[in-house]
Amino acid sequence: MNLDFTETQEILKKTAREFMARYYPKSLVRELEEDAIGFRSDIWKEMAKLGWLGWIIPEEYDGVGGSFMDTVVLFEEMGRACFLLPFFSTVICTLPLVTAGSEEQKKEFLPGIASGETIFSLALTEPSATYDAAGINTRAVVQGNEYLINGTKLFIHDAQVAHYFLCAARTKTNESRPEDGITLFIVDAKIPGIKITPLHTIADDKQCEVIFENVKVAEKYVVGQLHQGFPIIEKLLEYAAMAKCAEMMGGADWVVENCTSYATERVQYGKPIGSYGIIQNYLAEMWAEIGIAKRFTYYAAWLLNEGLPCSKEVAMAKSWAGDVYRRWTRMGVQIFGGIGTTREHDMGLYYRRGRQAPLLFGDPDSLREKVAQEMGL
Amino acid sequence: MDFRLTAEQESLKREFEEFFAREESRAPEGWSGGLFAIFESDENWAYHRSVAERLAEKGWLSLPWPKEYGGKEHSYIEQLIFNEVKAYHRVPGVDMWGPQIVAPSILEHGSEELKKKWLPRIARGEINWCQGWSEPNAGSDLASLTTKAVEDGDDFVINGQKIWTTGAHRADHIFFLARTDQNAPKHRGITYFVSEIDKPGITIRPLLYMHKKREYNEVFFDNFRVPKKNVVGQVNQGWYVTMAGINFERSMIGTVAELKRGLEELVEFCKKTVHHGRPLGEATLVRQKLAQMAIELEATKQWAYYVSWLQSKGQNVPAESSAAKWFSSELTVRFANIAIEIMGLYGTLKEGSKWARLQGRYEDLCQASLGITIAGGTTETMKNIIAWMGLKLPR
Repeated sequence: MNLDFTETQEILKKTAREFMARYYPKSLVRELEEDAIGFRSDIWKEMAKLGWLGWIIPEEYDGVGGSFMDTVVLFEEMGRACFLLPFFSTVICTLPLVTAGSEEQKKEFLPGIASGETIFSLALTEPSATYDAAGINTRAVVQGNEYLINGTKLFIHDAQVAHYFLCAARTKTNESRPEDGITLFIVDAKIPGIKITPLHTIADDKQCEVIFENVKVAEKYVVGQLHQGFPIIEKLLEYAAMAKCAEMMGGADWVVENCTSYATERVQYGKPIGSYGIIQNYLAEMWAEIGIAKRFTYYAAWLLNEGLPCSKEVAMAKSWAGDVYRRWTRMGVQIFGGIGTTREHDMGLYYRRGRQAPLLFGDPDSLREKVAQEMGL
Repeated sequence: MDFRLTAEQESLKREFEEFFAREESRAPEGWSGGLFAIFESDENWAYHRSVAERLAEKGWLSLPWPKEYGGKEHSYIEQLIFNEVKAYHRVPGVDMWGPQIVAPSILEHGSEELKKKWLPRIARGEINWCQGWSEPNAGSDLASLTTKAVEDGDDFVINGQKIWTTGAHRADHIFFLARTDQNAPKHRGITYFVSEIDKPGITIRPLLYMHKKREYNEVFFDNFRVPKKNVVGQVNQGWYVTMAGINFERSMIGTVAELKRGLEELVEFCKKTVHHGRPLGEATLVRQKLAQMAIELEATKQWAYYVSWLQSKGQNVPAESSAAKWFSSELTVRFANIAIEIMGLYGTLKEGSKWARLQGRYEDLCQASLGITIAGGTTETMKNIIAWMGLKLPR
């Protein structure tokens, strides 16, 4: 047993912390929140130089050949910095390309991702707003050696800057199970027939409605087997859930540290508010619950990284981390008092993400239902 | 990060599992494990004692001690595995005070003579301890104790009262703190003693728990004599000796493992029990509650492993272990309350009724669990430790 980060991970953490401090101040977060595109190619290129964009890509495709567990550290630091660029979107699409993509697809797309030229976005969810197979109603109909995709995708992150979509569509209907007959496609975002409309969310992250109208995709852009896309999506969702957990826990770290130092400095009734029992109670609970959620996140992410059975643990970790992040981003505002409720103060950035992130890639209630099923109930 | 146990740890774990599964199978009729079940009847006490003998034979009562005193020099992680497997099987046999509290204090602060006299007897499981820490006005603020020890020839003469003395009526030995210097600052006038109980000048009075069981006692010292050679460490340095006593595996994995077993049984109960024409386990709210318990348990388990890992690296982790104590004990109370909520009226019946379910375990635990969020430092004290020592908040 060794529950410490590896040396590589320690270095990544330190580099990422310094990178965010240098390139990604909170003033930029606010600026990008207000901007419709919300992208900065200079920062993106710097990230590519550090190898982050190709971290999980094998070296033969110009990547670093690192592990998903390493990226957990990066996701944490990005969560801490309220990072908005499409790193998350691209990485979760990279994973299925690495594991299920054809040799031809890997050669075509992975080097571009690693160099920062190619941005991917996952086009999975639809107006049902769920992550289950039954929610996928976008159709892909074969036409010669092409597919014709029609449907509406909703809550699609970073679609406004994506070069490609990893799009889930139904290639067979009337199957006995909704999981059957779903196929994953790589779709060029510039193809005629794709209409992208921004959505405005509580976290001011960049989400879009993406409408596919007779969008043509060549057969060679099917990822994995035809009709067999859902198991790939399920695995992808586990990685996405753990990456989101790591982001939340990084944000939570900021909340603990900043609430604690504020409580130490802010004087009311002649004493620092952190000397009052009620505030100490909040902070002790915050520190412990977040600490526990963080260790649980590492455990589930490690299982996933090692390829060990982990559906239950991933659902548990995401459910718990989501609840904890929700609770303590709310109490964080309470500790900062009035100033915490303003647009000017950083706490609100985390509070708003605390409403958003727990719902992404599995909300606590539906994950508990998944856990119940895994328990044999 | 690597959450795998080593091959040696895996093999040790299998050995523990085999042993405790066998010991569980010979538990007396009606044995429910849980908090302090060993004190309830002569039969239960005899079971506890017989397991202790078998554990002593294997050298498992002294896993982390140095070899020269009969130990096996195992790390916190191996001790954690032992505690986890033992608790899951609800097997007694480890005196909660001797190997875990008195022994580390003697190991760190005792004279060679004290070590040679007391440690082998603890390792052999021969003696049963109770604690004389708490007093009516010294609970979590332990150092405010007032029991007095006055020198008289080769002895100290003790006068005062202790309370919450778990299992004193079954124990044959007591370790306690008494004030030897009235004028010294609060923490510096206290001395740590070990003693037999069966001597004149000591009276033990039961203090029944709300579920009518006898775990607690009050202990009165009336000119009770303890030889000077029974002082552990230096006179007036007892506070620091006590601090050494907290130097054992403090992850609270045992509580987690007991609850894990309980949750497995509760899940089975919910699958089999039909309410309103369908199994309880199909009701959305019941599923949500059980899943939430499973999540919190697994989270607490991972935290326990983390605490133990930090300890195994030689780190003193007051905030982390306080969080483990607070969280696992509060989780026990929540779990007990949720269990009887889910079980409905049946859950409120006491063990012994033919209508009781799951041996009346949760009727009992709803009450018994209240003690564990108080004993050994209240939840509030745990949070204070986190706030003061972990977060360095102003006092």
